[in-house]
Amino acid sequence: MSILIDKNTRVMTQGITGKTGQFHTRMGVQYANGKNCYVAGVNPKKAGEDFEGIPIFGSVKDAKKATAATVSVIYVPPPFAAAAIDEAVDAGLDLVICITEGIPVRDMIRTKHRMAGKRTLLVGPNCPGVITPDELKIGIMPGHIHKKGPVGVVSRSGTLTYEAVGQLRELGLGQSSCVGIGGDPVNGLKHIDVLRMFNDDPQTEAVIMVGEIGGNDEEIAARWVKDHMRKPVVGFIAGVTAPPGKRMGHAGAIISGGKGTAQEKLAVMEECGIKTTRNPAEMGKTLKSVLR
Amino acid sequence: MKIHEYQGKEIFRKYGVATPRGFPAFSVDEAVDAAKKLGGGVWVVKAQIHAGGRGKGGGVKVAKSIDEVAKLASSILGMQLRTHQTGPQGQQVRRLLVEEGADIRKELYVGMVVDRGSQKVVLMASSEGGMDIEEVAASTPEKIRRIAIDPAQGLADADADEIALGIGIPQSALAQGRALFKALYKCFWETDASLVEVNPLIVTGQNQVVALDSKINFDDNALFRHPDIAALRDLDEEDPAEVEASKHDLNYVQLDGDIGCLVNGAGLAMATMDIIKFYGGSPANFLDVGGGATTEKVTEAFKIMLKTPALKAILVNIFGGIMRCDVIAQALVDASKAVSLRVPLVVRLEGTNVDLGKKILADSKLPIISAANMADAAEKVVKAAKK
Repeated sequence: MSILIDKNTRVMTQGITGKTGQFHTRMGVQYANGKNCYVAGVNPKKAGEDFEGIPIFGSVKDAKKATAATVSVIYVPPPFAAAAIDEAVDAGLDLVICITEGIPVRDMIRTKHRMAGKRTLLVGPNCPGVITPDELKIGIMPGHIHKKGPVGVVSRSGTLTYEAVGQLRELGLGQSSCVGIGGDPVNGLKHIDVLRMFNDDPQTEAVIMVGEIGGNDEEIAARWVKDHMRKPVVGFIAGVTAPPGKRMGHAGAIISGGKGTAQEKLAVMEECGIKTTRNPAEMGKTLKSVLR
Repeated sequence: MKIHEYQGKEIFRKYGVATPRGFPAFSVDEAVDAAKKLGGGVWVVKAQIHAGGRGKGGGVKVAKSIDEVAKLASSILGMQLRTHQTGPQGQQVRRLLVEEGADIRKELYVGMVVDRGSQKVVLMASSEGGMDIEEVAASTPEKIRRIAIDPAQGLADADADEIALGIGIPQSALAQGRALFKALYKCFWETDASLVEVNPLIVTGQNQVVALDSKINFDDNALFRHPDIAALRDLDEEDPAEVEASKHDLNYVQLDGDIGCLVNGAGLAMATMDIIKFYGGSPANFLDVGGGATTEKVTEAFKIMLKTPALKAILVNIFGGIMRCDVIAQALVDASKAVSLRVPLVVRLEGTNVDLGKKILADSKLPIISAANMADAAEKVVKAAKK
């Protein structure tokens, strides 16, 4: 088992003809069962063509109808990415994973508002994607560092997720699924949503939750963990040393009005029974210490 | 991106948000001309810097004659204005705003931000104008009214009225208050703002509702569709190292420590700063080189870091996933040679082709200290910086 995606998922790439979309679709195809999972690409101007054997359709709707794909991954440039999400939502897909970094916040506010009451789940934007090791990789994470196992990983950051996975690997611990929810302030699934899924996933035995400064999603998730989570959760928050009022790379990584500090988040997480570490080199070790 | 108060007010006027009349001035002569053009007998001379708290810092003064305008302008222009937001070194004042004096009957607060919880724009207003809104939120939260605005409908009349009356705008000025709130929201939405603040918003003796101040921040990701706003950027107000970095597409934030960091990815870059601190050191900067650490980018990054006088060592922490470690190693070697590094360099490489990467570093014969993992890297760089 796993969450969100597995070897039976059928996925289409929106933006398959761009350089990034091509490269990462190819990497996805080459990983585990990717060859069978990547079934379509979308580009309104190139319907009828193909990318290395993957048929290209003019719309998400056409691609869904022809291939039964239920998931899409988006590599469309920022000015057009929110509209690409809208299209996937309107076509009734189960899941949209938006990798694109730099989408205007206003576009995402509008898109999120349109999504209310619709069935489609959104991961990202500005995220590395989702991987279920040894089954399917959708996104830009390096496949080879992952292996199948009992640990769920959820994170707002890309390379810091790879760091956590690398540490797990050193300790011989594999992952059920790894979900990068992205670094933007207005986005799809939050920590709490992914924790809920890991809680219900039989393969997942424990979860690493990686957060960062800005907002209070980690606190909300931590309070939920306290009341509902049946599995141990460990956590790390990046940005203990970040100055207030400065955007630290990610659009959402900013301490504003004294709110959203790492200290505050870590304190709430600890209160709620989440074992935290202040040393990012010990995320794996901390997880191992709570495995039953 | 931030802009000055006078620029914000010009944008406000376009959207029909009432502001006092005023003109920017870059010299004492221009300030005097502005006052003459405005007429009347009372003027306010306001320092224009991007930081808040200008009044308390002595950057906002009232003049009752043209001579006084000249005197105040000459004392404020060029001063190092220190506020709670500038840090102890302050910010040099290069621009002024000269405005007509206002007849203030009531000082209020109104602001708008993108709220992550509701994933909408939230309007916040308070009867406590002129105060730091964070202080009001902490001490008397009941004085703050909030409403999340439906992005499809915009700000509804009823909501605007409720807020207006709730913060003490008199019934007789209600229509004006409503119009101002609605115009402010339109301004926020159409300019892709990330924050709009009016502190204070005033009710005048003649029952006019007027934005006496203006603070607007814009979403950097949306500047591509607002070239007119992008042109308002004032590089004098930004850290020179950060300006230089932005030219090379590097995400850089200057800090006050002595260990430079070069990292791929924002989260890992923050975690790298944190681990330096954890092992007893102090980071000199945040730097995310992104997905493409080319020789050019690494060279520029080294140059920018080396401008920090206190710099004692550099830590490179790369988790190369898609980015190959051998390519990065070569970029590091070439960049180190190009800038003749004067401080110890600790490198931690992980990911694709890591062995090849490490070999390139070793073969270069450069005094690069190789680290096995993040903890090892942090320990080594802290030690190197203390030598």
